[in-house]
Amino acid sequence: MATAVIEKRTARISSSTGDSIARLVTFVFAALVLLISLLLVYELWIASAPSRHKLGWSYLSSSEWNPVSEQFGALPFIYGTVVTSVVALLVSIPLGVGAAIFLSEMAPAGVSNALTFLVELLAAIPSVIYGLLAIFTLVPLMRSYGEPFLKKTLGFLPLFKGPAFGVGFLTAGLILAVMTFPFIISVSRESILAVPRDQREAALALGSTKWETTWKVVVPYAKLGIIGSIFLGLARALGETMAVTMVIGNDPSIHASLLAPGYSIAAVIANEFTEATGSVYPAALVELGLVLFCLTIVINGLARLMIIATTGKGTKR
Amino acid sequence: MFLAWRKFVNNVMLGLTGVCTLITVSALFLILGYLVYNGTSSLDLNFFTKLPLSPGETGGGMANAIVGSIEIIAVAALIGLPIGFIAGIYLSEFEDKGFAPLVRYTADLLNGVPSIIIGILAWALVVVPMKHFSGLAGAIALSVMLIPIVTRQTEQFLREVPMSLREGALALGASKWKMIATVAVPAGSKGILTGMILGVARIAGETAPLMFTSLNNQYWGGMNQPTATLPYMIYSHAISAYDDWHRQAWAAGLVLIVIVLLANISARFVLARGISVPRG
Amino acid sequence: MKKFPVALLGLLTVSVAVGTAQQITAAGATFPAPIYQKWFGEYHNAHPDVQVNYQSIGSGAGIQQLTSGTVDFGASDMPMTNDQISKVKVHPLHFPTVMGAVVPTYNVPGVSQELKFSGEALAGIFLGTISKWSDAQLAKDNPGVKLPNEDIVVVHRSDGSGTSFIWTDFLSKVSPQWKTKVGANTSVSWPVGLGGKGNEGVSGTVKQTPFSVGYVELIYAAQNKMAYGAVKNSAGQYVKASLDSVTAAAAGAAKSMPADFRVSITNAPGKDAYPICSFTWMLIPSSFPDAKKAATVKSFLQWMLTDGQKDAPGLDYASLPKEVVAQETKQIAQIK
Repeated sequence: MATAVIEKRTARISSSTGDSIARLVTFVFAALVLLISLLLVYELWIASAPSRHKLGWSYLSSSEWNPVSEQFGALPFIYGTVVTSVVALLVSIPLGVGAAIFLSEMAPAGVSNALTFLVELLAAIPSVIYGLLAIFTLVPLMRSYGEPFLKKTLGFLPLFKGPAFGVGFLTAGLILAVMTFPFIISVSRESILAVPRDQREAALALGSTKWETTWKVVVPYAKLGIIGSIFLGLARALGETMAVTMVIGNDPSIHASLLAPGYSIAAVIANEFTEATGSVYPAALVELGLVLFCLTIVINGLARLMIIATTGKGTKR
Repeated sequence: MFLAWRKFVNNVMLGLTGVCTLITVSALFLILGYLVYNGTSSLDLNFFTKLPLSPGETGGGMANAIVGSIEIIAVAALIGLPIGFIAGIYLSEFEDKGFAPLVRYTADLLNGVPSIIIGILAWALVVVPMKHFSGLAGAIALSVMLIPIVTRQTEQFLREVPMSLREGALALGASKWKMIATVAVPAGSKGILTGMILGVARIAGETAPLMFTSLNNQYWGGMNQPTATLPYMIYSHAISAYDDWHRQAWAAGLVLIVIVLLANISARFVLARGISVPRG
Repeated sequence: MKKFPVALLGLLTVSVAVGTAQQITAAGATFPAPIYQKWFGEYHNAHPDVQVNYQSIGSGAGIQQLTSGTVDFGASDMPMTNDQISKVKVHPLHFPTVMGAVVPTYNVPGVSQELKFSGEALAGIFLGTISKWSDAQLAKDNPGVKLPNEDIVVVHRSDGSGTSFIWTDFLSKVSPQWKTKVGANTSVSWPVGLGGKGNEGVSGTVKQTPFSVGYVELIYAAQNKMAYGAVKNSAGQYVKASLDSVTAAAAGAAKSMPADFRVSITNAPGKDAYPICSFTWMLIPSSFPDAKKAATVKSFLQWMLTDGQKDAPGLDYASLPKEVVAQETKQIAQIK
């Protein structure tokens, strides 16, 4: 007994130094992650100081972007970022939720898994390749067929006035929609699958058709997860750079028409960062980055809260 | 009567969901199809072996961009994979009250940050002090994107190792760190490796953070000089007016997507699970 | 994970081996990019240990990168202002390299004749006051040509551009309305239009967009076989951009070139002069920390002023007048 106790004690002593080292090392690396994030916020804050001090809060409400007179306003870029994201969601939510319903309720498990896998591959495709495709395939299609069609049918709305450039808010929104499909489909599908069987069976037992069960019982039950997936898709769309830069038209103004060219926050930073001279101009661009950063934090945070609430798999995202 | 209507609605709506699925899945095939159609005709030996020529001259290639991308990704992986891996171990095995949730939160935060903002960070931290663009700056930008992905994946898969396995090792007298090294990590290695592959595949396609860190180069670059990279070449060639450059952009796009998709598919076969990695 | 260090070592050795070549980084104007890239390629063939990596990212970016010290020298089609010069640690010297023309390139399906543009027409199009191809002003400039009743798609630069400066400088001289409303600079607040990145982006957009008009350096329109119009000069003649018309425009400036080489030749006098052209400059720091680099740059400049000039006509740039070459050769000695 005594020997066993002594052995245990000595074992604990020698292992505790090894463990302390392991704890220290892993702690340091974890702290590194924290440090990088803090550094990011710090840099964004400091580097945008010249612009913040000069322009103050009017930066967020002004539409003027004039590097010569050093008057900058974020409004056209916030507008462009929001409009393209909204267009993207308007297209991808019905398609995405519809596909998620099909994949979770209708398709047999094997088919469902295979198709979901394929859709998730869409998330792996780099943004610049979406842009490449958009320039040479989507833009000419929109210019020659899509936009003239919209003008003919819905041209009385201010949303669809103006020449058909091919590039612009609408095209950028459409390519963003394709990029958000995988997020909405994947997470919505999981949320729907997580709905307990008895909910469905109860509805069916009461005489509902499959569609009624799905639409009136299952989907509302999975509502939070689906909304969470929409927020995830939104966060992605807001920060998207390359695909948008290549098809939005690069015009820093606010237009009512979806057919008009515009600009997004990420696109203007990409285009103008290397040439921003002086001290206010680059700071104004970094301040735009700060605005975008805050937007994505908020949206991502909301998304995660909702997903945790339904699937309980918050750690996954 | 009413039942017939409800049945009709049922069939129509369910049919529509099938259509939605068809549309979304076909997007993938359309993308691949276009790339293969336009890219294969442009792939030739020159593409892989020659340096880019001035616009208007044919016969150039993107050899420097391919090598540049490989170099930058390799360095980014060298920096990012160990940091992410060890930080993930901390979060799963040693989590301290208060600190661990903070690290977890900031890792998720970094994950959601748009890549162009990471580019700004790397520019401020590396390009400005070094006073020139470099492959190293690009690699650091990419590693910052890699770290949160690997951290969370490592943590997640370590957590899924059953407690019984761990307790078995501890009961046999192993110290905690020995248990982690010899039992927990090997048990979770499939998932951890998948996370690493997916992370590297994701940064391989990133363009925005490279735009003001590694910039571009007509010749061979390196860690200490501006370097050509495949994604940036695709961008600059696609927006130009030269048909030869468009051709090369398609070829480069095809090469890039083949690499990225192969990595993704093989990673998922390693894991046999469907988990997408959110991108910003 | 084990393979990484080995592969990395291999790649690093390659980059080190290659890195012993002297690499000079330069960035700036897209306007002269085609000839710069030809020059650097030829110079590299003649001197294999010298590699000049020129990134055509726009005059604005060139000036900025020079100011922040991230490149060895810059390039711009707009001479630096006194304010910009004061912000650079090492005083930059302007070296004109070639003269080029900015042309209005257009894509109007159905019109095969060459179009003519007066200054008023161009100003109106870019101000947005002339919005259709069938406008009266355009009909006046082009009698007998049937122009379609389509919206004009205007394409301008989205990045800070010396080409934009040359264009807006001309528009400011011919249109008082443009001068007050927009002005002349590398980056202006464009009233209408799409933005393209670089001369490459603008020519790409015009080429793919029917009924569009944009402004690009002559070689971009020529290389891509795009139509470009003649412009009315200060003598009332419609002149198309060419080596002769650009040389004619520079004739006056050559005799009275200022010591720092900062001069504008838009809307130059003379009946054969093309009104929208300019010198383009390399912005070279007057001293380099590395003596070897300084020597390399000086010998390149020497080569550029003699052998390099022979390449200009082949790419539709006008070579420098001999008075200017002589003056520049003296300036090379100022580099330390």
